[in-house]
Amino acid sequence: MTHEALLFVQAASDTANRVGAGETIIFWILGPIALAGALGMLFARNAVHSALWLVLTMFSLGVFYMIEQAPFLGFVQIIVYTGAIMMLFLFVLMMVGKESSDSVVEVLRGQRLWAGILGVGVAGLFIGIVAQSLDDVTSANLNGPNSTNGGNVANIGRSLFTDFLFPFELTSALLITAAIGAIVLAYTGKADKSGRKTQRDLVAMRFRGEYSRPSPLPGPGVFATANSVATPALLPDGSVAPESLSDLIDSVPVTDFAHDLEVSSGTEHHAGAHALTESGSDSDEEVTRS
Amino acid sequence: MEAVHPASGVATLSWLLLALPAFGALVLLIGGKRTDKWGHLLGCLTIIAAFVIGLITFINATGLAVADRVQELHLFSWIPVNALQVDFGLRLDPLSLTFVLLITGVGGLIHIYSIGYMSHDRDRRRFFAYLNLFVASMLLLVLSDSFVTLYLGWEGVGLASYLLIGWYTDRPAAATAAKKAFLMNRVGDVGLAIAIFILFANLHTTQYSVVFANIHTLSPGTITAIALLLLLGACGKSGQFPLQSWLPDAMEGPTPVSALIHAATMVTAGVYLVCRSNPIYDLTTAGRLTVVFVGAITLLIGCVVGCAYDDIKKVLAYSTVSQIGYMMLAAGLGPFGYALAIVHLLTHGFFKAGLFLGAGSVMHGMDDEVNMRKFGGLFKRMPITAVTFGLGYLAIIGFPGLSGYFSKDAIIDAAFNQPGWEGWVFGLAAAIGAGLTAFYMTRLVLMTFFGKERWRDQKSVNGNDFHPHEASPVMWVPMVILAVGSIGAGAYLSIGHRLSDWLTPSLGALQERSAGPLSSIEITILTLVLAAIGVLVAFVVVGRRDVPVVRPERVSWPVRAARANLYGDALNETLIARPGLWLDRALVFGDKFGIDGAVNGIGILFRGSSGRLRKLQTGFVRSYALSMLGGAIVLIGALLLVRFSG
Amino acid sequence: MTPTYYLLLSALLFSIGAIGVLVRRNAIVVFMCIELMLNAVNLTLVTFARINGSLSGQIMAFFVMVVAAAEVVVGLAIIMSIFRTRRSTSVDDANLLKY
Repeated sequence: MTHEALLFVQAASDTANRVGAGETIIFWILGPIALAGALGMLFARNAVHSALWLVLTMFSLGVFYMIEQAPFLGFVQIIVYTGAIMMLFLFVLMMVGKESSDSVVEVLRGQRLWAGILGVGVAGLFIGIVAQSLDDVTSANLNGPNSTNGGNVANIGRSLFTDFLFPFELTSALLITAAIGAIVLAYTGKADKSGRKTQRDLVAMRFRGEYSRPSPLPGPGVFATANSVATPALLPDGSVAPESLSDLIDSVPVTDFAHDLEVSSGTEHHAGAHALTESGSDSDEEVTRS
Repeated sequence: MEAVHPASGVATLSWLLLALPAFGALVLLIGGKRTDKWGHLLGCLTIIAAFVIGLITFINATGLAVADRVQELHLFSWIPVNALQVDFGLRLDPLSLTFVLLITGVGGLIHIYSIGYMSHDRDRRRFFAYLNLFVASMLLLVLSDSFVTLYLGWEGVGLASYLLIGWYTDRPAAATAAKKAFLMNRVGDVGLAIAIFILFANLHTTQYSVVFANIHTLSPGTITAIALLLLLGACGKSGQFPLQSWLPDAMEGPTPVSALIHAATMVTAGVYLVCRSNPIYDLTTAGRLTVVFVGAITLLIGCVVGCAYDDIKKVLAYSTVSQIGYMMLAAGLGPFGYALAIVHLLTHGFFKAGLFLGAGSVMHGMDDEVNMRKFGGLFKRMPITAVTFGLGYLAIIGFPGLSGYFSKDAIIDAAFNQPGWEGWVFGLAAAIGAGLTAFYMTRLVLMTFFGKERWRDQKSVNGNDFHPHEASPVMWVPMVILAVGSIGAGAYLSIGHRLSDWLTPSLGALQERSAGPLSSIEITILTLVLAAIGVLVAFVVVGRRDVPVVRPERVSWPVRAARANLYGDALNETLIARPGLWLDRALVFGDKFGIDGAVNGIGILFRGSSGRLRKLQTGFVRSYALSMLGGAIVLIGALLLVRFSG
Repeated sequence: MTPTYYLLLSALLFSIGAIGVLVRRNAIVVFMCIELMLNAVNLTLVTFARINGSLSGQIMAFFVMVVAAAEVVVGLAIIMSIFRTRRSTSVDDANLLKY
């Protein structure tokens, strides 16, 4: 980084281009922070951490915009980028979930080495350009546009709606297209549920005889006297409906609630000489157990 | 060259000459089995009707003044394409009318003969359809008034010849022979086609009248090229050296086909072509000399090979080759020989057709046997055949007074009457040919009709005993008529130059000269003596001794060579087929390793390199991002270098 | 001190963001790195606006923010969509599109 060192020397000697002391201080504080954020994003293994490191960088950049006489862009940067876009990233990361951390192993041979070499090459090139051509530049500053005609925001708005009207309208088309594209891409719709039938279809199929019976299976026999789902349903003649018996649960034997039945149907036998004999329950069906 | 007049009067009906046989062929081919009962009669009828029309046209033409005898009949515009305008028209002149009479006359006789000869063939109707197709094509060939129309007929007769040679489809030999004939004809046809192309390219027409009137405007080299290419076509069609070997194999066809197509008419188309193109050949000495050489070589080859064969039809076939060699030789003599070639062509048409029909009659009586060693003593069994055959034999060996004597001796005479070495060479070739002809024909006659009846204890090729018998009248009547022609045609046509005078409007006046080493009398005596020697030798070799039934294999090398067709097939094989095969293989090799190699090599190169390069596409976004960053750095660095270096 | 220092800081932040894009595998973190690069560029724009005494740079930074917001919305939706089908947010897992 000899160029940089050289630049420092040159910049120090050039008083005409000097910026204010406050700005210098802010730059030397936030500049390293922005770099650190970028490097943190690069090296963090967890994607959520990367996103948070990037938020830091973007925030710094927003401040840079403000001190670089672009207050409108600075706020837009903070609100749109740090506020909206990075949150969108975080949302997606949350949806994707555990996949968010990279493995350490690089599968492409030489990829990291070459990426490093080329990245440093790019940086060197750009720095070289800047050093070559901008070492003694005079900054015109935006004090004029930012103080007349309603200031920075008003002037930007005026330019947008006059000189840049057509590109501005194009961006609206772009945003609409992007929104629709996102809907189309992200919408799962009915495409995934193909094959699932509506209730109407099922009714029609039942009555065509494609199922064993047209009606639903009878529910369990939950009476006022028994609140267990293991209670079998009874048919009007008092016999057990076989379809109501679950395959999984042992049903309660009918004899267990014969008394309740009689109570509820008003045919109760009162205890007599035959109360303890088998013939007392001869009207009951034999209970089928699974 | 006489002026050309549009046809008028009866001549305008001459399109019927073509239409009738074509109609017959069409009806018989499309009608199929429904026409089986009367198909052969329709075939004969159309030809006889065509003959009658030809005769009327001919008589009509003889009544015209000599200057008016070349007529043209425009029928319709055939190929009306921008620069290429080919009209379909007929040229009625003495030459074409002579041919019309020969084709329809001999053709009609052979049609009638075929009724009997083919009576046992289930497909006789189709046979007549092909014969009619042949006659129609042949008439188109000789009547056409342009080279393109001639080419149409030329290919038509080739097709008919192919179909009829391969008539017995159950015999592999017949199929092979048909293919061989077709292929070797292609070689000649290419020459003819290129000749026509050259004519069209230079004269912008193929109409005879215009071509012949303007041919002298071309350079001598072009004319010679055209003449040689036409000769190539003629060699293919007429079985002349070096394309002679298909003709003997063509005898696989039924005998009437051999008589009509491969003796009397189609194979003489080459001679017709050369004579028809006489204004072209008149202008090129080299072309004519080549024709003479081809004719001389062919006639000797035909004679020599003919001496060695035992197959009666093959002997006659080689005899045909050699007789057409005579015609070619005569045609090559230019104005001294065109008419002689045509005279010999006509007489040969009579006696060779008669000989073939006689051979067919013998085969018919001998259960399709062709091996003369199994014949012998047939004179008593089939006297009519023997007598008509004998007359044809006397005609071909040039017995004084018969047809061959007048036509062939005239050619020998003209051959001797050339200045310098040519007279000796060609004259002696022709005279020796006459002696050899006498030998092999005598041998044929002796082995067939005289001597011991060797067939008594032999079986035929079909495994039957022989029961030689005379053929039915429908077969021997045409033979008798042709025999009459063999006797008288030569004298009728030659004495007083009757035919050559008649042909003058087409071929120019026949010129005679006595520049040769011998006088006419000496030549005649020489020829007769040679022929007599040939006959005597044949008597000594064949007539005085018993003929072994099985062909002796221990023979001297000339006989072996002759039996192998004087290595004609081997020559074709070695000179044409093998190098062609090698060239083919070399081209395939070059294609595979050169062209395919280059194309595939490029493909393999790209496939291989892309297979390696695509490994860069790992699918990992971060790798791509890395290379993008690297590229960005390079770009920015380059920009800076440009910006700050200057 | 001159405003040039802001540019140097910006260059460093940009490079760190670029390296992060290359080495981090969690798609969301990669996205955050991209945001960091965009912010670095914004800082440059604001600084240049100050140097040149014109508000245009600030307006450009404003537009960059809008575009970044739109990009984040769509990008996160894509990440959600991929996560829903592949149960993973690693950019290395989505490597089917290759040779």
